[in-house]
Amino acid sequence: MTGTSGVELLKPIEDVGGAAQPLLQVTGLTKHFPVRGGLFGARKTVRAVDDVSFSIAKGETVGIVGESGCGKSTTARLLMHLMARDAGEIIYDGRQIGRALSLRELRRGMQMVFQDSYASLNPRLTIEESIAFGPKVHGIADSASRALARELLGKVGLRPENFAGRYPHEISGGQRQRVNIARALALSPRLVILDEAVSALDKSVEAQVLNLLADLKREFGLTYLFISHDLNVVRYISDRVLVMYLGEVVELGPVDQVWDAPAHPYTRALLAAMPSSDPDHRTETPPISGDPPNPIDPPAGCRFHTRCPFAEPLCAGATPKLTALDKMGHQAACYMAIPGSGHSRAPQQEGGKNA
Amino acid sequence: MSAMTEIALQAPPATKARGYWATVGRRILRDKVSMVCAVVLIAIFLSAICAPWLGLADPYQGSMIRRLRHIGTAGYPLGTDELGRDMLARLIYGGRLSLIIGILPVILAFVIGTSFGLIAGYVGGKVNTAIMRTIDVFYAFPSVLLAIAISGALGAGIVNSIVSLTIVFIPQITRVSESVTTSVRNMDFVEAARASGAGPFTIMRVHMLGNVLGPIFVYATGLISVSMILAAGLSFLGLGTKPPEPEWGLMLNTLRTAIYVNPWVAALPGVMIFAVSIGFNLLSDGLRSAMDIRN
Repeated sequence: MTGTSGVELLKPIEDVGGAAQPLLQVTGLTKHFPVRGGLFGARKTVRAVDDVSFSIAKGETVGIVGESGCGKSTTARLLMHLMARDAGEIIYDGRQIGRALSLRELRRGMQMVFQDSYASLNPRLTIEESIAFGPKVHGIADSASRALARELLGKVGLRPENFAGRYPHEISGGQRQRVNIARALALSPRLVILDEAVSALDKSVEAQVLNLLADLKREFGLTYLFISHDLNVVRYISDRVLVMYLGEVVELGPVDQVWDAPAHPYTRALLAAMPSSDPDHRTETPPISGDPPNPIDPPAGCRFHTRCPFAEPLCAGATPKLTALDKMGHQAACYMAIPGSGHSRAPQQEGGKNA
Repeated sequence: MSAMTEIALQAPPATKARGYWATVGRRILRDKVSMVCAVVLIAIFLSAICAPWLGLADPYQGSMIRRLRHIGTAGYPLGTDELGRDMLARLIYGGRLSLIIGILPVILAFVIGTSFGLIAGYVGGKVNTAIMRTIDVFYAFPSVLLAIAISGALGAGIVNSIVSLTIVFIPQITRVSESVTTSVRNMDFVEAARASGAGPFTIMRVHMLGNVLGPIFVYATGLISVSMILAAGLSFLGLGTKPPEPEWGLMLNTLRTAIYVNPWVAALPGVMIFAVSIGFNLLSDGLRSAMDIRN
């Protein structure tokens, strides 16, 4: 892969389970932040991420969408172990982190690109130094790490002779995000978490970076977890998608199924909220009303029932579980999708039984 | 892919990656104000260090008949003090003690306070609360009062007054460094460094120190003038330097009685304190803008 340049990239950590084993398996991931309710007030908790489960297959791109504050970025930080989780399991390639796979090894296997391209680079280090930092931490000699950094700069489309010695403030936002991608790749990870990685870029630069990401994925055999609020971008890049609302996964499945036949009313509202590019077909009525409820005190039952046009008394009771809709892995957590749930719009027990 | 690899292949490294501190050094050398201040400070330091070899009059030798001579009197270029001692010699010799008392407590407090602040800011949580609330206790006393109290408890003497001034400055520097550390710590690049598997000490050394030291350093240099004035106050109360030892703060206090007779001579120690403190302030200002390489 390193071509004829003679620079050895790091070897990715070993593939243990083969292609059939999911690269990442997340079960019951939960993070609650305590908030003080004044000096004598009761302690409350923000349920930032609540019982989130999903898996990512090798070589796949999984998108996470949802409005701000729904727990997308917290999920990313929990997966990266930058933040301690309250509950849940994260299994990387069949190996439990902390037991079969040390945290240090996990750092090699999983990297992240942050949204703010400027804040995520140390202003006091040159670009080359920033990229070389990771390999140095993992015991690569200084000169070899710098050579690696230059090689990677080339891979992300920046001429090392022009960019290696520059400081982050001297280059444009798109170039900085390329540097951040190179930095993430410096440890040869197999999974890259892209947390709103292209959201701050303007459209033309965004497209270039997305294409770069696609090229790199092919070249290095990467797996992406792509977090974004931009539905068009998610559809373009993802194979499967997770829709989050107030810390919970409300729908997940292959991106085409979810886009063409959204099962959860929140997903429908989200898709309907996409601005139309055709002036003759403007979106006139808001697809959803009100703000998301306060995550400090999320509504009981289905968290969406306060804004849902189809809410029935049932929805305020117990929380609906993610239920399979077809054999393609399309799942939704809505009583309208659960056969025989008692919701007036739910499919009949017999009809939906084969799901 | 091949197209991208091509780029990496072209031309041997042309840009030489200059280190951060080399860049800062080059920038400060170009700053005229900083350079003037540096020259003045170096002159004062050198003359203080080399005082015995400069052929000066004896700074302790007084003369009752030659008291309070004006500036420019033959044989006494800067006049004489209230006991007829040569002012030029006393000012230059005085620099030895004054500079030590002014700078040493700040250096000590800088090292200790920065460590406390870095730990409090980086570790956070309970450690932060423990360190910062302890620091707050010291803030309850005005700094002059605290210096006097500690000096009084430890007993008079130069070493004790240095110790007391150090204790006075530690809380202030700790507070500044804690707030700077906290703001830098929450930046994404520190998260990214953690995500690459670096340990806390590596992150502190590579990613925190360079971004944190600048503001603390600038603040600390500003404390040098405060330190010199507090030391003068301690000497005045008999807790610091003792007469006849030449020291700028002490000289300023004793010459205060002569301010109506010979105001220009009486002001000279103050001029020295002023020159040193403004020199440090401007130099630290220049250093701060040199360290902010974004401009």
